[in-house]
Amino acid sequence: MYSYNEFDEAFVRARVAQFTHQVERRIDGSLTEEEFRPLRLMNGLYLQLHAYMLRVAIPYGTLNPHQMRQLAFIADSWDKGYGHFTTRQNIQFNWPKLPDVPKMLSALADVGMHAIQTSGNCVRNVTSDHFAGAAVDEIEDPRPYAELLRQWSTDHPEFQFLPRKFKIAITGAPNDRAVTKAHDIGLRMVKNAAGETGFEVIVGGGLGRTPMVGMVVREFLPIEDLLPYVEAVLSVYNTLGRRDNKYKARIKITLHETGKEEISRMVEERFAELRPLFGGNDQKLLADIREAFATPAFRNAPTDAYDAFYKADPVFRAWADTNLTQHRNDQYAIVTISLKAHGQTPGDATSDQMRVMADLAETYGHNELRISHEQNVILPHVHKGDLPAVHAALVKAGLGTANVGLISDIIACPGMDYCALATARSIPVAQEIATRFDALKLEHDIGPLKIKISGCINACGHHHVGHIGILGLDRAGVENYQITLGGDGTETAVIGERAGPGFAYDEIVPAIERLVQAYLEHREGPEETFLEAYRRLGLQPFKAALYPAEGNKDAA
Amino acid sequence: MARFTPKVVTANALLEGDVVYLTADNRWSRVHEEAELITEAEYGDQRLAFAAAQKNVIVGAYLADAKAGQNGPEPTHFREVFRTRGPSNYFHGKQAELN
Ligand code: HEM
Ligand code: SF4
Repeated sequence: MYSYNEFDEAFVRARVAQFTHQVERRIDGSLTEEEFRPLRLMNGLYLQLHAYMLRVAIPYGTLNPHQMRQLAFIADSWDKGYGHFTTRQNIQFNWPKLPDVPKMLSALADVGMHAIQTSGNCVRNVTSDHFAGAAVDEIEDPRPYAELLRQWSTDHPEFQFLPRKFKIAITGAPNDRAVTKAHDIGLRMVKNAAGETGFEVIVGGGLGRTPMVGMVVREFLPIEDLLPYVEAVLSVYNTLGRRDNKYKARIKITLHETGKEEISRMVEERFAELRPLFGGNDQKLLADIREAFATPAFRNAPTDAYDAFYKADPVFRAWADTNLTQHRNDQYAIVTISLKAHGQTPGDATSDQMRVMADLAETYGHNELRISHEQNVILPHVHKGDLPAVHAALVKAGLGTANVGLISDIIACPGMDYCALATARSIPVAQEIATRFDALKLEHDIGPLKIKISGCINACGHHHVGHIGILGLDRAGVENYQITLGGDGTETAVIGERAGPGFAYDEIVPAIERLVQAYLEHREGPEETFLEAYRRLGLQPFKAALYPAEGNKDAA
Repeated sequence: MARFTPKVVTANALLEGDVVYLTADNRWSRVHEEAELITEAEYGDQRLAFAAAQKNVIVGAYLADAKAGQNGPEPTHFREVFRTRGPSNYFHGKQAELN
């Protein structure tokens, strides 16, 4: 994977030194909070409900074992021994103290990591397919392009004060695991008629209070045009984007207000100006970056141990069935480590667990770890012969839950347990749904089902694209949960439909249970997933299950 | 004139980020019950201005609804209740530190 060069290293160190002084000046009173706030946000430091929070970028979700161990060390030294992996492939530490933050940043810099541009109105951490470089369906590993974009956007002088935050996601596969259609710019690798590789460029997707699926503004963008084209999009947005109203400031609104035709025309015009200014250095850089993402030297060895265990051990089999994904090398598998043990906080890992995952990546996983937007950890390259050993080690560390893609594999934002913007809690709702369906022993029978929970309208928990989405609100001083149905975050992206009035905190888990029971009753068979059944049946049968009393009223 | 809902002044401590409350004797307490219960709008504004001026001690002072309780002011909104305790998924924050 990519390692910092001298330039990256010097830049990050300089930033740490600068922020160290800023913290000192805040503490001694020479900076006011008004002056300090934008500076701390530029360095990923938020103030939440109970404490500060440091958000650290994990570029395109890729980590090496050394970095994972350092995250564990940071959690132990300056936090409470755990970290929270988020849908944006970041990690958040929930309990840092202000005077310690410079030390944390310096510890991050030691392993080529930082918290720069994890907040503020700039280009945020570029996210990507967590199976990149390993997936069978991939046209090409998207991470070199993600790294190119990271280098280009980091501290880019023109784009530090955009109208609003800007999120780019990139995938190299037709099956979209990076939710590209819900990003400001989504890039999907495609082949044109001539068989050349390029990008489909999707602009103006986003969730939040005005959820929108992005629109394709360029069907085929040659690889060499990536940076000038993305720069053109940002440049047009930077000019047109509304700075007068933060709720209308995202590019999705610009796109809707200006119209796709007009925006596309302006982007192409700006692109024509910018293209000649890119003299080819970006392509030289890209070639170097590509080398850093070379495929690991895969082992050629028998996979008998795997086959034997698969036959003999039902626990291993259940885990293999849910948590493994086909690798492009058929002796290998992609392992998804669930951070969703039933009843635990989605996305949280203790420092001990981080070290176990780092060790496994080192021993069995060609030194690679990934963080998925679904808040799990991936070992992208594990030889099948090693899977029994990997599974045993995971089980021992409390990381062996066999539930990836199932009802308890829930995305949940921090909600009102941590977040100052929250209108309700989301973590305990996730914990209770998982515990309930585990007790019912139903989740394998239910099959693939994505529940996503946000604690306010900002939609950090992706609820709009959950098959079942849950949005926590404050209704007259009481927590209230709204359900949306039929959302989809993949290449067939759809924003979910609101099912009806919300539910109180103690009603939401029973409501989800009724919903799932209705699915089990109505599905054509176990092969028909919840989402497929919803698409066939529409809202009605699910609504009837959610609001049985009202059905009775109508009948009376 | 609209009736004034009683309030307390609350903020986060600059260094630790902890939730703090302004007491009647101008201290910042970690305990909600030690807060001064403010029952009059104009006095509330004065206390908030006093708090907001302490820029090197606290961040983000605001008035939060509260009511009189047996041992002192109690929060009324669930958000403020969570702030007196800490998160519900772990025994961290005030619930662990104040006892
Ligand atoms: C201190 C905590 C956080 C704050 C203050 C915060 C703030 C926000 C705000 C204001 C928005 C709405 C942006 C808009 O509509 O223009 C948003 C969206 C979003 N945030 Fe967060 N967030 C926080 C934590 C998180 C976490 C933990 C995650 C990942 C789990 C996350 C991921 C996202 C995503 C995916 C979106 C929606 C996509 C979009 O930007 O349209 N955020 N956040
Ligand atoms: S959705 Fe709302 S509550 Fe959840 S993390 Fe985002 S801003 Fe906070």
